[in-house]
Order: sequence, then structure tokens, then C-alpha cells
Amino acid sequence: FPTLLVLQVENVKLLDRYTNRKAANGTLYLTATHLIYVDASAEVRKETWILHHHIATVEKLPLATAGYPLLIHCKNFHVAHFVIGQERDCHEVYTSLLKLSQPVKPEELYAFSYNPKMSKENREIGWKLIDLKVDYQRMGIPNDYWEITDLNKDYEVCNTYPPEIVVPRAANKAVVVGSSRFRSRGRIPVLSYLYKENNAAICRCSQPLSGFSARCLEDEQMLQAIREANPGSHFMYVVDTRPKLNAMANRAAGKGYENEDNYDNIRFKFIGIENIHVMRSSLQKLLEVCEMKSPSMSDFLTGLENSGWLRHIKAVMDAGVFLAKAVKDEKASVLVHCSDGWDRTAQVCSLASLLLDPFYRTFKGFMVLIEKEWIAMGHKFSHRCGHLCGDPKEVSPVFTQFAECVWQLMQQFPCAFEFNERFLLEIHDHVYSCQFGNFLGTCHKEREDLKIFEKTHSLWPFLLQKKQELRNPLYRGFTAYKELQPNTLPFSFQFWCGMYNRFDKGMHPKQCVLDHLLGCMSQKVKLEDNASELENKLPFLDGPLPSEACSLAKIGCAASKTPMLNTPQDYEGEPPPVLSNGAGAGDIDAMSDVDQKHRDNLSHHQDLHDLNDTIDVLDSKAKDERRSTT
Amino acid sequence: MLRSSQPLTGPNRKRCREDETLLGMVLDEGERGFIIDTRSAQAAKQARMTGGGTEPKSSYPHWRRLHRALERGRPLQESFIKLVEACNDASITMDRWLSRLESCRWLSHVKAALSTACLAAQCLDREEASVLVHGAEGTDTTLLVTALAQVILDPSCRTLVGFQGLLEREWIEAGHPFHVRCARSAYSHARLKQEAPLFLLFLDCVWQLSRQFPFSLEFGERLLLTLFDNAYASAYGTFLCSNEKERCLCKVKESTHSLWAWLNQPEEKEKYLNPLYTHNALVIWPSVEPQSIQLWHGLFFRWIRSSQYLDEAWAEIQQVVGGN
Repeated sequence: FPTLLVLQVENVKLLDRYTNRKAANGTLYLTATHLIYVDASAEVRKETWILHHHIATVEKLPLATAGYPLLIHCKNFHVAHFVIGQERDCHEVYTSLLKLSQPVKPEELYAFSYNPKMSKENREIGWKLIDLKVDYQRMGIPNDYWEITDLNKDYEVCNTYPPEIVVPRAANKAVVVGSSRFRSRGRIPVLSYLYKENNAAICRCSQPLSGFSARCLEDEQMLQAIREANPGSHFMYVVDTRPKLNAMANRAAGKGYENEDNYDNIRFKFIGIENIHVMRSSLQKLLEVCEMKSPSMSDFLTGLENSGWLRHIKAVMDAGVFLAKAVKDEKASVLVHCSDGWDRTAQVCSLASLLLDPFYRTFKGFMVLIEKEWIAMGHKFSHRCGHLCGDPKEVSPVFTQFAECVWQLMQQFPCAFEFNERFLLEIHDHVYSCQFGNFLGTCHKEREDLKIFEKTHSLWPFLLQKKQELRNPLYRGFTAYKELQPNTLPFSFQFWCGMYNRFDKGMHPKQCVLDHLLGCMSQKVKLEDNASELENKLPFLDGPLPSEACSLAKIGCAASKTPMLNTPQDYEGEPPPVLSNGAGAGDIDAMSDVDQKHRDNLSHHQDLHDLNDTIDVLDSKAKDERRSTT
Repeated sequence: MLRSSQPLTGPNRKRCREDETLLGMVLDEGERGFIIDTRSAQAAKQARMTGGGTEPKSSYPHWRRLHRALERGRPLQESFIKLVEACNDASITMDRWLSRLESCRWLSHVKAALSTACLAAQCLDREEASVLVHGAEGTDTTLLVTALAQVILDPSCRTLVGFQGLLEREWIEAGHPFHVRCARSAYSHARLKQEAPLFLLFLDCVWQLSRQFPFSLEFGERLLLTLFDNAYASAYGTFLCSNEKERCLCKVKESTHSLWAWLNQPEEKEKYLNPLYTHNALVIWPSVEPQSIQLWHGLFFRWIRSSQYLDEAWAEIQQVVGGN
């Protein structure tokens, strides 16, 4: 085991929704970082890994015939149902897990002990992989209208913003400082994305401290500066992503929203996305639907609708689409905020950038997007993801929703992204895993204080090294699609089985097209490597990074060897191992793997050995359906 | 696997020695068989009042009867009409869409059809027992089950040619009354009594299988859409009339062209092939969990949303799989 063994328990069963009765006995291990369940009963040894940081809740269920049940819900939606033979063992596991899954101090987080075999230089290089200045340069900044200012270098303007922010050149220090006193938490309007083609900009901030009637000259000047930085339009939009009622209620607390009368040439608009509490509750209801045992179609659809989850996804998507349209079609700049400008604002700005700019649909670009709009701009990952023992009301699936919006776009535009669904899921896992330092804390200042950059590793090199598994085989390249215009009619939003029922393998398509296509492509990698070497010699500002993954692999990031969480039991087994030159070892044995797994794995939920059971199960389902229709 | 129509037991529990003998001969010594009746137990019992009924246990001792109520006729057509209306309704809001979809019950019918076909397949494959499938007339839900079960069980039915053979056998020759079932589709104001989208339901189920087993069908969605089109209106005689007798009387084979002949031409054929196909000798068991069953966008939103990006994806798949 990678870390110290804390506890070992025999006679433990792991149940899933299909094999309730036939579960074999296995052994449960608790290490300092993981729960590992080993089932050695079958020919093939099966391991289930759960990272302690991923555990959201542990519950003891009432005594069952087979033993003492323990139900574990994870933040990545894995649900593990163990049945432990002895009560004393069950209690010990329960109390250990409660302690291990709820660290109190940041120093207890995995990132501070995670130690892959890597040289100091490589670790530091890893942190330098993403440089936001390069992205601003890519947008043409600094230019006549916009500059990267160091006014916040000591966090004097805003302590949840990064040291370097982009503001209009016309906004001098007095304007910046004055505006910061008029914005919640000092989060002044700054640039998120500049659409070079027409100079329209997406900017973000927090709500103004306007109350019912307060004004601030500097804040008005700030917005004017933003508007005038785009000579192509005489007006700009100010978008409040809260429902109107919520925003109005904030006025009573001395905050609120911009009064169109006070700001020249702005068009104010509400786009109602619900708050973090509504979203937390919505996800809870969604997960209850996902956990239903053999629901009818009616139960599922009704439950899904009642959760409101897809409605919220659509709301975020609609907002992103509005921003993109305003910038591209109306050539108008947009200033976006919610309350504090670190939740809905982050979702909407990053989504709009993704819709407008194909760079953010590449590996490198997506990493830049997250580093910029989420990490640097102070999305409170630690609170929203419950990294430490804290206020449960601060927990909310804000980043999850953003990841889902990206996934929805991938369904509509299968060839437009350089990466595949697994990339999203891996990032999502690591947002919660605390294995890497990127998502620790709540803002850049806090990360500096915790010495993240000295003591922990960055996620990005680790992911880039796995590029071959995480890439999209259908990607048509950087120039194939410019801006994306998704269909946002209700039927366009699909249920993301791969996220919310990720570990219920029986529900997913039985054959993995992705692995097959990746296998086909790995044959072509040799050719691509040669091409990349040539590409490397060309200067580039835009475009996907050709062979960073290969060069890093040569340096030798061994990080991927550490299995960090539950290995999904893919129906077709693991993807073929990737050799250091990028070629796949398995190649076109993928097809025979499929057949082999068919033979081995016929115990699918429909495949009950005792047909009488099937009949009883189907009979009772039929009864339920009849009951629900009468 | 056998299929038939309902036994004419009637209110007086008539028996038929020949029918009992026939079914008896199907089973070997000591074997038992299953009868899958696609009507609810209640409906099957009520059928006795109008001369129909079920096989009484006493007369068919080695056959165990299972009831799996599958929707057919008027209610199925209503389900179809409601679904198409919902899909075409641009004013539906997000908070009503799923309940509207639910109230159509189309996906519930897909789930039920797949479940019943799996049940039949399990009897054969797992229990190694013979199965007799029937509903009332043996021309609708019966064929849905037997045809689907064969796609699940038999790899040869999953080839392009094999699938055509299956359609010929289990739908056309078996006497599914296409002429009256596929007269007006979902838009008819006439609300014809005999109209019902059983064949579409079958195609939808096959599409679900192709989604869950993307490598195992030699044909793709395009074939299924073409079949759907041709069942309702066709330049070819394949789906004309309601049974072989009518086709004979109308001289269909002499006076029309066969759809299969056209489809199987090399230039046409390649448009219908699945670039991911590899022969899979095993039974394909679908998941019937709601999460695994999806609304068939390619059919129900065919004219509503562009398929450009999905077509481009398929072209990419073709390229990747096709080799350098």
C-alpha cells in the first residue's frame, strides 16, 4: 500500500444494486489515505479504492441478515454498501472513516503528504505549466485599452483576487480603489475574456454596495472605462445572474445591483440562476433518483424533473449563451456578477469563453480556463467541496454544474473538444481529492499562505501525462469549429449517466467505443510524434499544445502509477497501458477484449441464474407500474 | 421459440386435443416450456368472454404461463401521437418537459418491450426451455417480442442481411397488418382505429440495442430510419398489404420492386453499414434501467434539430476506424 495501514477487517461483503445475494466475502483495508476493498474470491482479483477525502457521509444501517451494513456516499457519487460480519469491526471502521474523511486542518490534506517519485525541478516546472499571462497575451493584452495591473500585488485592492488582474488602461488607481470600496468583498470589475475580433469584453465582478440609493463615482467611471474600451459599441450589458427577487432582497442589506439611471449606456439584465442552497438541494434530490432500485420509467422521469437539476443546468447554459451572443453578435461588452462573483459568475464567464474560443476546448486551454476563472478568481473550492470539516451550508455543486455544461456541449458537438468525458471526470475527482494543490483553499492568497506551490504538486502535468486516454478521438482540430451555438431547448439536455451513475457499470453502454477508437488511433501516434517535432519549431500563440505530454513523459512523471481512487470496473477492462513514447501497448486487441469480457462477465443484472427470481422481479415491477398508473 | 394467436378457449373452457398435442410435441420428455402472454392476466381472462382466452394449466401441464402486458392498438397510437406533439412543441419549458415526456409513456413501452424480449431470450438461453409467445391476434406485440428476442439472441439477425431476413419472417410474412397499422403515422386527424406504431416501437428497441452495443449491429441508425419511412410510404412493395395472402392477390411481387434489392446494392449498402461493427457471437443483454433507455432523438427530433455535428462525428468514426 502507498501509505500506512490503519485497519484490516475480514469477512466484509460489498453489495451493489445487482448482486445483492451473491456477494462474496472480501477484506477491507483502511490506510492513511484510502479505503481499499479486496475481493479475491473470483479468478480475477477485484479491488475497490475509495479516497477518504472523497467520502461525504458514512452511515450505519440497521442490522441485516448478512451482517452489519455500512453505507458510504462519496463526493464523486460513488455509493459503497458494505456488510461487515462483526459488529465491533463495523463500529471501528465507522469511527475511523468519520475521522479520516473529515480533516480539520489544511495540513492534514493529502496534497501535503502525496509524494510521487519526481525531482524538485519537475515539481516546480509542473506549477509553471499554466501561465495566465500567456493567455492574456494570446488575447492581445496588454493593448491600447487593457493592461495587466499589479495594483493588487499585495492584495490591497481585493484579497480574494489574484495579484495580477486585467483592468482598462483608462481606469487609474483612484478609480480601481474607489470601485473596490463599492463592490462586495472588494471584487472590482476585471477582465475575464477579450474577444479580439471586435474588442468586446467579458468582465466580472461582485454586486455593488448600492443598497437603495447609494452611488459611487469611481465605480461608475470603472464601468465607463470598460465600455469605452470597446469603441465598437455604444452600450454595454450588465448581467446579474441572480433571480430578480434575490437581488432586490440584497438591497435591504446595503448591497444590490446597478441602477441603469446611474450608469451611462448600460443595459441591465437579470438572468435567474438559483443560489448555492437551491443547487445543493437539487443535487441531493437527483442523487436520490439515481439510487432508486429498479425504478419505473415514470418514477425516474418524474424524479429527475422534480429535482430541477437539468433546469438549473439549462439556466447556466442559457446565461453562457447570452454572454457569447452579446459579445459575438451584438459586439457589446458584458459585465457579469452574482452576489460575491465567485460562483455563478465563474460558471457563466468560463462557459461563455468556451463557447466563443476554440482554444479553451483544447487540453491546455481548458486547464488555463479553470486556472483563470475558477482558481485565480477565487472560487471557494475548499468550502464548496467540503475539503475540511466546516459549514455544510457552504457546500454546493457549483463546479460540478460547470463540468456538466461542458459535457452537454460535448454531446451536441462531439468533434469540437480535444478531450473526452474522462478528462472532465478526472478533473472533477481531483477537485474533491485534495491530492494536488490546485484546488486547495479558497483563493490565491490563501494558497500562498499555505505554501501550496512549495509543498504540493500541480494536477496538470499528471493529467497531461495521461493524455492518450483522455483525448477525444473524434476531435476535428482547432479550426473546425469557431464559436459553438448549442441548442438549448429542453430536450437537448441529457441525463449524465457517466457522472451520476458512474459506478453502476450495468447501466452504461456495454461496449466502449471510446477505448476502441483510442486503440485505433494509438497506431497513428508514431506518425503524430514526428509531426509534433516539426510543429514545435513553429512559434505559436493559439492552438493546442502539440507534444508537451511527450516531453513531460520523457522527464518521467511517475504520478500516474499511484491509483488514487476507485478503479471503475469497466465492462471491457482497463485501457491498454501507455508506453513512454505515447504508443499503446494493447493496440487492436481491444475487440477480443470485448468478447472476452462478455464471456467472463455475463453476470449482468438481467442475467439471474434462477429464472424464477427474474419472474418475481419483473412481476413486482409490473405490479408497481400498474399501481402507478391506476 | 414459437408464436401463435390466443387459444379460443371461450367462456365454456373449450379444449382442443390437437392444439394440446402440438404443444406437447414441442417439449422433450420431462421438459417444461414457457408461454409468454403479452396481455395482462386480467385482459387475457376477459378475452374468454369474446371467445378467446388462455391455455389452462390442466390442459397444458408442462407449460408455465407468464403475463407481460404490452401496450398495443389505440393506447399505443395515442402514446405516439402525444410524444410527437411534445417533441414539436417549442413552447414547453424545462420544468414541464420531462413530465410531458413521462405522460406520453412511450419510453415506458420501450422498457416493457425490451424487458419482455429479454425474458423470452432468457427462457431460451438460460433455462434452455422452449417459449411460446402470443397476445390476442398474434400480429402485433407477439411479433415485437419474437423479433426483438432474436436480435438479442442471434448474431446472424444482427447482420444487415440477417436483419432483413428477420423482418421478412417475423413482421412481413408473419402477417403484421402494415396496411392498417402504418397508414397515417402521428399526424392523422382521422384517428383511425387500426393504426398503431408497433413496428416503430420495434425499431426504437433495436436503436436502444445499437446504443448499448455499438459494435454488435452491422447496420446503423440510418437503416432504421429508412425502414420507418418505408413502412408508412414507399416506392417499394415490401411493406405493402397486411399479409401474404393479400400480397398474392395484389400481385405485389410481380408488380413492384423490393426494398431489399435496392438496399443491398453495393453503393446503397455502404450508407447503412455501421463502421464499428464486429461480429459478436454472444447474446447481447441490454440494461432496461431508465438511465439506459433514451429518447430516440434521431427519429423524434429528426426535422427539429440539425444532425450536422453528429453526422460529422460519424464521419470521423469512419475515418478513425477505416485506417490511415
